[in-house]
Formats: sequence, C-alpha cells, structure tokens
Amino acid sequence: MKRLVVVGASLAGLRAAQAARKAGFDGELVMVGQERHRPYTRPPLSKEVLAGEHTVDRVELPCDGLGIDWRLGAAAASLDRPRQRIILKDGDEVAYDRLILATGSRPRRWPGPGGELEGIHVLRDLDDALALRKAFDERPRVTIVGAGFIGCEVAQTARKEGLDVTLIDIAPTPMLPLGPELGAWCAELHHEHGVDLRLGAGVAGLTGDRHVRAVELTTGESIPADVVVVGLGALPNTEWLVGSGLAVDPGLHCDGTLTAIGDPDILAAGDIVAWPHPLADGEAIRIEHWTVAAEQGLLAGRNALVEPRERKAYVSPPYFWSDQYDVKIQSLGLPGRAERVELLESTPDGSRRVYGGAREGRLVGIIALNAARRLGSYRMALEDPPAFEELRASVAADPAALGAPVGAA
Amino acid sequence: MKLQISTECQGHGRCYTLAPQLLSSDDEGYVTISGGDPIEVPEELRELAEDVVGSCPENAISLIED
Repeated sequence: MKRLVVVGASLAGLRAAQAARKAGFDGELVMVGQERHRPYTRPPLSKEVLAGEHTVDRVELPCDGLGIDWRLGAAAASLDRPRQRIILKDGDEVAYDRLILATGSRPRRWPGPGGELEGIHVLRDLDDALALRKAFDERPRVTIVGAGFIGCEVAQTARKEGLDVTLIDIAPTPMLPLGPELGAWCAELHHEHGVDLRLGAGVAGLTGDRHVRAVELTTGESIPADVVVVGLGALPNTEWLVGSGLAVDPGLHCDGTLTAIGDPDILAAGDIVAWPHPLADGEAIRIEHWTVAAEQGLLAGRNALVEPRERKAYVSPPYFWSDQYDVKIQSLGLPGRAERVELLESTPDGSRRVYGGAREGRLVGIIALNAARRLGSYRMALEDPPAFEELRASVAADPAALGAPVGAA
Repeated sequence: MKLQISTECQGHGRCYTLAPQLLSSDDEGYVTISGGDPIEVPEELRELAEDVVGSCPENAISLIED
C-alpha cells in the first residue's frame, strides 16, 4: 500500500493516522476534514469550553510529526470505489490504496416551526461551543430542547453560571440510556440545582420576532427563552457514501474488524460504524462515544495495514461518562439494552453507587455514580458476561465492593 | 521509555483497565501515578503503552522516550 487516506479529521481519524504511523506505515498519509480546524477533543465543549474555563488550544489534539498531508475545510462529496477515489465538494479527487472512513456525525437540528430564528444553537463542534459561550455572556434565559447528554451537560454548565435554565424532553426522564430509575435520579439532580424541568412535554414550535423568544409546548404553555439549545441527538455523516455500493442505513455496515462489508480496502471508525458487538448478541450497533471513536480509530489504523484475515475485531465494552454537577456518571457495556437496571453496590450514604443492567438474565452493562474505582472489575466481567444473579452474589462477597445496597438481604 | 501522567486525570480508568501490568488506581479511581514521577515501561510493552496514551479522554498521559 502506498497511499492511505483518512476521511474525517476528528478523534477517530487522528487515532487511525497515529496508529498507522506507529505500526510502521511510511507511505503517503492524507487526511481530509470538513472543518477548518485540526483535530480536537469534543467532551470539554459542553463543559470547560462552554464555561469559558478552557481556551481553544486546550482542546487541540497533538498531531505533529505524523507526516500528514492535510486537506482541511474540504468535505467529501462521493466515493468512487472502482477508481479508488474520493471526490471532494470542490471537485478535487483524492486517490487511495486503502481508505479509513471516520466522518462522524452532526447534530439533528430543530425540525419544526421556528427553526430559522436567531438564537437557536446546537452543540457539536468548536465553533458551536464558542458561539454558545458568547451568547451566555449576555446572561440569557436558556431553554434546552432534549434532555440527553448534551442537554443535561449544557444545563449544568449554564446553572453553574447562575443562568435560568429550562430543560424540556418528551421522554418522562432525562438520559434515556440510564433507564427509568436512574433517569428519575438524574431529573432530581437537575431539579436540586435549580433547573426547571419539563418532562413528558412535547414542543410544538419556537416563536419570536427575528430572534427566538419562546418555546411553545404542545400543552399551550409558552416558555420564555433568549437562547434555545437543541439537543436532539446526532445523525451519522454517511449520505455521501450512498451510491458507492457500501451498505449504509444510516450507519456504515462493517464486520467485527471494522472493515466495510464488501470492500476489504475500506475500513471505518467512530460514530458512523455499524458493527456486530458480542454484547448485542452479534447485532450491529452504532455508538457515539469518545472512547469508542478513539479505540476504533486505533484499531482501524492498524487493521488497514494488514490483510483481512489478520485483522483484529473490536470487542471492547463501550464506555461513556458524563459530568453533571458533582457527579461523575460512568457506564460500561450497553445499559440501554437492559431489560432492568438494579443497584448492585452502594456506600452507606449513597454518594457512590454502581447499577447493573440485565438482559435475558445476563449482565449487559453497568452505570457507576462517583465510583470510578469499581469500573475495572466490571470491565473484565463484561468481556464474558456472567449470569446477573451470579454477578450479584460475587459483588456481595467482594470486600472491595462499596457495600450492600440499603434494604438488601 | 517512561509513562507520565499529569494532574489532568479525571478517573475514567481507561489506562489502568487497558494496562494493569503498568498502572493501577487509587481508592477514588484515579491512576496512582497521576501528577507523580514517570514509570519505566519495558520495550515489549511499547505498543500497549502507546495505546494507553491514546486512550485517555483528558490527554493526561505522555510517553517519554529515553
């Protein structure tokens, strides 16, 4: 292979480029990125960057010394597999011998009435974060549509500054992957910190003059707003691959080694990848977490240098975290697939807890609250998930565990 | 070759779950060498050490070549 092209200049793409170089690839390495920025890390955008605590240089990912031919501000428009070329929006073509696709995702915009008004924000990239930071300087009333990761983290950052915050979601609890019990706890956490929560509430539209002034609920209630943050999830950037013959729906279907189905010269990493995971019984899943992007990028970079039969599979239990007020929420595995989520261990005061999610009687994921030190043992357990009752018994017998849940036998 | 971890550690636990041969955690889940002296990495664990560097969401880990 002479020329490796990585499309997508964010975390997954950068990790792929770094891994390929570290594994000895000394050919041409081209990195195509839609944004004008070099790779940066996104988790601080909704926290320290939005709070104005971190400057832009703090989020830049180190990427010197890799011998990369950067094509930034250049969006990919289509993929011509027979000619092994990427066609850019400006008409330029980039030839490849092997290709790593890591185009990530973009935020879902407000699809209903009022979407054209000023003062409506999403939070995905650095420019979004800086724009919202600037808006916060006016001390606006902030209304957030969608109580997922972004919505909850923006709420906590805005509350730390003492801004008035309303958090709206059509679901009955925030942070859906946490399940109903922990979701209710999360709602209480935001309530205690002064967020006005409107759960189970549909949004009919956004209204204003030129600038947004209110969020109208389907109940007829009107919530005043100077700034609206839309946190309705993300969509994978794969439309440009439709017509390439690859399987896109909307994730790009890959095998366990992150190789695109039907084309061994194409691999992928990060938000766009739909791949079969052992914790999902081999069903294809798509995950939008930082660590999955980082680890898949690394593996795709290595796998791209070897022939398909030598490629390794990506089987790690997915990990995410979210910082909300004084709580670090951490998760391993796929708790969103659990049929039930139960408390497994807790300190006597309840300040540190670990919950386990069970599916068909087996552990499928865990959620830890301020309990980072307990993650290691569950990570190992999730590599070969035990029966849930067996796990419960072993945790109860583990002297390193936080303690028995209150009320447990 | 040495691994060094800055005070940016937030206790994600990626590094010590990935490389228990090299790293461990304190009671709070932070890596024990956070903000402390670098530790020696044997040459045969180079690839693992490189993975550890890239695994940290806080960019807190660096590899120092001899």
